[in-house]
Amino acid sequence: MKLDAHEKAMLAGEEGPARKYAMEQIMRVGRFFDAKDTVRIAQVHLMADPEALGPTGVDFLESLARLPENDRMVRVPTVTDPRGVDFAAYKRLKQTEAQVDLERRAVAAFRSLGIMMTDTCINYQTIMPPVLGEHVAFGDTGSSIYANSVQGARTNFEGGPTALAAALTGRTARYGFHLDERRKGTSLFQVSWRPEDLSEWGALGAVIGRRMGSYWDVPVITGINETPTSDQLKQFGAALASFGSTPLFHMVGITPEAPDLKSVLGRRKPKAARLGRKDVQALVKSYRPKDDKLDVVAFAGPQLSLVEMRMLADLMAGRRIAPHVALLAATSPEIKSACDRMGLTAKIEEAGGTVLSGVCFYQMYAREIGEANGWKRLMSNSAKLVNILGGYGYEPVLATMAQCVESAVRGRIAGGA
Amino acid sequence: MRGKTRTYKGHKGIGDEVKGEALVATDNFSARYDLDRIKGIFSRPQHKLFGKNYVGNILILNIAKGGVATAWMLREMAERGMGPKALILNYANPIMAQGAAFANLPLIDRFDTDITKAIRSGETVEVLPEKGLLRVT
Repeated sequence: MKLDAHEKAMLAGEEGPARKYAMEQIMRVGRFFDAKDTVRIAQVHLMADPEALGPTGVDFLESLARLPENDRMVRVPTVTDPRGVDFAAYKRLKQTEAQVDLERRAVAAFRSLGIMMTDTCINYQTIMPPVLGEHVAFGDTGSSIYANSVQGARTNFEGGPTALAAALTGRTARYGFHLDERRKGTSLFQVSWRPEDLSEWGALGAVIGRRMGSYWDVPVITGINETPTSDQLKQFGAALASFGSTPLFHMVGITPEAPDLKSVLGRRKPKAARLGRKDVQALVKSYRPKDDKLDVVAFAGPQLSLVEMRMLADLMAGRRIAPHVALLAATSPEIKSACDRMGLTAKIEEAGGTVLSGVCFYQMYAREIGEANGWKRLMSNSAKLVNILGGYGYEPVLATMAQCVESAVRGRIAGGA
Repeated sequence: MRGKTRTYKGHKGIGDEVKGEALVATDNFSARYDLDRIKGIFSRPQHKLFGKNYVGNILILNIAKGGVATAWMLREMAERGMGPKALILNYANPIMAQGAAFANLPLIDRFDTDITKAIRSGETVEVLPEKGLLRVT
């Protein structure tokens, strides 16, 4: 890889061990993907929940945090993905003191590196939305696919160790979706039906995600004639990224790099796969449970926007969920603050729900809190969440937000789910 | 085939040379979605390796799937002595490469054949990342 003088100095350790580590990490990954050089990035979104980090990951962060200030501070605006513990709610969720302690240590280390603790996966809606053509290093599959596809920014999935390297150097290796040629469509989906509910948008993303051949497969979607909302594209993209490990899609006539089919496909002429309502229904049905037992309802993955929180508050206002069911809604600290101010938190919590701030259900020791609380049967309107939680010992069910709330109130799964 | 050495050529990989027993499936891979990393077994019921222990194996699977957590998790598993010995995929994604680089875990992908069909569980495999080679002995 070709390095400039400054990069060579960082690699040689002239700016301390943190930036040396960062350049080494960037180069190892860059060489693996045949990158010719690096690219300057404008902002970083860092995923580093304590469950993923583990004690050894936190030790690593603390070793950076102990360095002199000049050697440890990040060089571009860096914000965080959801954390593993909401300090205001962890006792109710039966998280352990050891988990909370690890979280405190990780947060202290991040702060000393100059990282802004936004604790959100919807930074593209709520913090600083990237712009067309901007190179960034985003570290959540949902934030990456939204930034790439809907906003036309350029990023690969930057997992924690490399997102941190990008933050410390202001660079990442130039490969993958930083390059024009990788951003062209490779597969084509003709959709004959427009999803309505958010869970259906997620399910459509899941159906396409399951058909992706690898990270490099870029699906092009045609047939969506009415522009979806930000939340609809968020659910669609998050599920597509989760089921497919896919960082970019194009929706013809809707997303910025896809004004028409020709500009997004170039010379490629992939055969169109037809998708309709029955494909989406089949995916939803594949999560249909064998009985109507219900333990927990989770709205998360991605965190809820203000508009989704408002929908949930309207559905829950004046109702009361069954005592044996837990209902959790995760959002960002900024949106939580707005919900507090606007009375939405009160509506949800008076009905027996819990609003979580700065966390996401699957990033907060989902297996352990499930076991501690006796949660097995889970309902969610997020296709991404039900996809992940199968591996964490849950029996997840995909349904609309209204069906989830109705079921929580009845204490059993209701409404065609 | 028995008694004969077979080699498979992939792209230049990450990590040091290792040798071990293959654990193979045509399924995909994500540390967060598929594994119980404390017990060292596959925990996703739909995965073909469900219930199987992967610790110390040369893990051979199809493509990287799922989220970004694997980038941290590979090193965390390795440091507890609960990781695979190497990860071999038809197609890695950046997360697998970043995690392997961080953990110094051997990783090779992009073979000239479907590697999940070329090697069987239980075979002894040498992994040579610098050359992008697998040698089955």
